[in-house]
Amino acid sequence: MSDIIALFFNAEIMAKTAGFLLDGLWMTLLLCLVVIPVGALGGLAVAVLAALNRRWLNIMLVIYVDVFRALPPLVLLIFVYNVPPFAGYRISEFEAVVVAFLLNTSSYYGEIFRAGIESVGRGQREAARSTGLGWWQTMAWVVLPQAVRNVLPDLVSNTLEVAKLTSIASVIALHELMFAARSAQQATFNYSPLILATVIYFVLLWPVVRLLSRLEHRKIAAR
Amino acid sequence: MTAIDRPILEVQGLRKSFGAVEVLKGIDFRLRERELAFIIGPSGSGKSTFLRCCNRLEEPSSGAIRVDGTDILAHGVDINAVRRRIGMVFQSFNLYPHMTALGNVTLALRLASRKSKAEATDIGQAALARVGLAEKAHAYPGELSGGQQQRVAIARALALEPKIVLFDEPTSALDPELVGSVLQVMRDLREAGMTMLVVSHELQFARAAADRVVFMEDGVIVEQGPPAQIFGDPQQARTRAFVARIDGHR
Repeated sequence: MSDIIALFFNAEIMAKTAGFLLDGLWMTLLLCLVVIPVGALGGLAVAVLAALNRRWLNIMLVIYVDVFRALPPLVLLIFVYNVPPFAGYRISEFEAVVVAFLLNTSSYYGEIFRAGIESVGRGQREAARSTGLGWWQTMAWVVLPQAVRNVLPDLVSNTLEVAKLTSIASVIALHELMFAARSAQQATFNYSPLILATVIYFVLLWPVVRLLSRLEHRKIAAR
Repeated sequence: MTAIDRPILEVQGLRKSFGAVEVLKGIDFRLRERELAFIIGPSGSGKSTFLRCCNRLEEPSSGAIRVDGTDILAHGVDINAVRRRIGMVFQSFNLYPHMTALGNVTLALRLASRKSKAEATDIGQAALARVGLAEKAHAYPGELSGGQQQRVAIARALALEPKIVLFDEPTSALDPELVGSVLQVMRDLREAGMTMLVVSHELQFARAAADRVVFMEDGVIVEQGPPAQIFGDPQQARTRAFVARIDGHR
């Protein structure tokens, strides 16, 4: 029993590696701060462009969304990190994560926004257009506010997944929380840093899970 | 031609097909300033499609439509500017649920007419007062009855000071006891000289308030004339049959 405590819940090692993990935590937060807005805005662009209903544009958007939803994010990240150097561009780890996440998450966010836009009745658009609003004005002021409200639980849920997914940045040695924990584990021959990282992830994301749960219940109640 | 005879809406040879189905088969129609015309006819006769072509919510297949002298089908016409001169009221109200009554009424004033916030608010309040809902300015559509929602929708159309208002079955989605308040607003508009084209099944209202009743069937105007003629002495057999049928149902 004491072996298990020494190997997994070693307070001394946790204290010693906490600073190192904290550096990783900051990077994880920075990643979230960049990849979530970038992915969401990319998804919004995909959905709004799809709503334009132009044949060739839609075909390209369907291909984009299908390809990047089919590829495992880990595969995508390794690909994005390793290919540019062959084209003469030394891509930083951070850039690679942002690009890979843009491609992956904008596809998912795009599908969610698209479902939201489709959930807004045609009558809303017609009413707005009948008063002289243009297509973009109608989209921005009438359709999107309702669309976002209608799919808010899905948006929050996807955001939660994106936040958790930032841990895959560890495979290209970006010093975020997961990488810090793995490094500390290997340096100390002890699993306590991993336990510590797990606790940090949980504390960080649990409020979001609670929020999501409340949103989902509200949506069910509203039906 | 006196001012009172000036046509606000002129439609010539209007045709509209959805795929292989021709819904409008050549409509010729003129609506004079301050006139209230009612379009009646069986469902599927093309009434609503005709109305929706008048502000190009439906794109006509061929024909000509002039609103207040402007050819609205002309190449390069600013359709958004045209639509500000043509109010439209829908069967299902189509109020923006995320905005207050005042927000619904002022949105186009702000975005399309480029009014300042203060000016838009003044105009919006006046429009709501006109439909008897000044005190509901800050209520959301979900907090209003169907009749009140439809009156807000009318205020939204009026706020842009349109030359004509199109009503697409404005009372069909309302509980019977709420219909009266909407008809009263339409009566007030008529008193104020608004030009109106109404697709509706409110035949009693048509009898009492319309200048002209237009009977449509199968994509064409079969007969039109004063209510007394259409309801009392129809000239066409198809009109007679329709009027007899609906009289029988009452």
